[in-house]
Amino acid sequence: MPAATSKSAFLRGIRAAAPFLVVVIPFGMLFGVVGTEAGLSLVEVMSFTTLVIAGASQFTALQLMAEEAPTLIVIASALAVNLRMAMYSAALAPHLGAAPFWQRALIAYMNVDQTYALSHQNHEDHPAAPLADKVAFFFGTCVPIVPLWVAATWTGVVVGAAIPPQLGLDFAVPITFLALIGPALRTLAHVAAALTSVVMAVLLSFLPWNLWLLAAGLAAMIVGAEVERRMALRGRP
Amino acid sequence: MSGYSTLEVWIIILALGVGTFLIRFSFLGVLGDRDLPPWVLRHLRYTAVGILPAMVTPLVLWPHGAEGGLDPQRIAAAAAALALGLWTKNPIWAVGGGMVMFWCFGWLLG
Repeated sequence: MPAATSKSAFLRGIRAAAPFLVVVIPFGMLFGVVGTEAGLSLVEVMSFTTLVIAGASQFTALQLMAEEAPTLIVIASALAVNLRMAMYSAALAPHLGAAPFWQRALIAYMNVDQTYALSHQNHEDHPAAPLADKVAFFFGTCVPIVPLWVAATWTGVVVGAAIPPQLGLDFAVPITFLALIGPALRTLAHVAAALTSVVMAVLLSFLPWNLWLLAAGLAAMIVGAEVERRMALRGRP
Repeated sequence: MSGYSTLEVWIIILALGVGTFLIRFSFLGVLGDRDLPPWVLRHLRYTAVGILPAMVTPLVLWPHGAEGGLDPQRIAAAAAALALGLWTKNPIWAVGGGMVMFWCFGWLLG
C-alpha cells in the first residue's frame, strides 16, 4: 500500500515538473553554446553542467573566465550565486531529513530551483504525507528536469559549433542574467537589493580581481535583508 | 578563456561541483532538521538578486572597457530583457526579446 501511494506521488512529481522544461531546455542549450564559444571542450562543458546543475552560477563562472578573473575569484563568485541553495536544503530537511543517507545525497545533488520549489509546494499541500511519498515526489520532479538539462547542454554544444560569432551570443549571458532578475524582483526588498547591487558595482569597480562583485553582492544582501525586516515591522509583505 | 590552463579549468569545474553539492547537502545531510536563525534566512533570500545585477552592470554600461563609452545597442537590449522579465515574469520571453532587440539594433546600425 505505501508502495502504491509512493508511485502516484512519483508520477505527480513528474507531471508537476514537466512545464518547467520550457525554461530548462533553452537555458541548458544556451550554456552549451556559450561554453563552446568561450573555448571549453565538449567534455569540460558536459562535466560542468552535470556536476553543478545550476545555470546562473555556471554562467557566472563563464563570464568571469571570459574576463580572465583569478581562479579563486571565479570559484568564490559562482558559489556565492548558489548560496541560496543552503536555504533550500534547510527548508527540505524537516520533510526529507529522515530519509536514508544515499537518498539525501541524491536529493542534495538534484536540489535545484525547480525541484526545490515544487517539493516545497508539495510539502505545503500534503504536510502529513509519509516520508516515502515526499521522497518519491522529489525524485519525480527530477525525472524531466535533470536529464533534459544535461541533454539540452549537449545539444547546445553541437549546435553552437555552427553558430557564426557575428550573432553576438557573448551578449546572451548578460541578457540571461537580466531575464532572471526581472521575475525575481517580487518585493520592495528584492528591488532594493538589486539597485544596491548595481550602484555598488559602479562605485567599487576600481577593486582588483573582480572583488567588486562579491562586495556588491554582500552589500545587496544586507540591504535586502534590512528592508525586509523593516517592512515586516510595519506589517507589510 | 585563453588565460587558463586545462588544469585550472578542471579545478574550477570540480570546485564548483563539490562546493555546490556541499551547499545543497548542508542541512539535508549534516546539519539536519534544525532551524536557521531568521537573520541568516533573510540574507540568503537575496543572494541571487544581490549578485546577478552587479555582474550585469559593467557588461551593459562599459562592454569595451571604462574608456570605451556607452553602447546604445547593448543598453537597448538590456532594457528590453529587463522590462520583458518584469512584465511577463517569464525568463524565456525576456531572453528572446532582449536578443531580438540586440540583433535589430545591430542591423539598423549596420
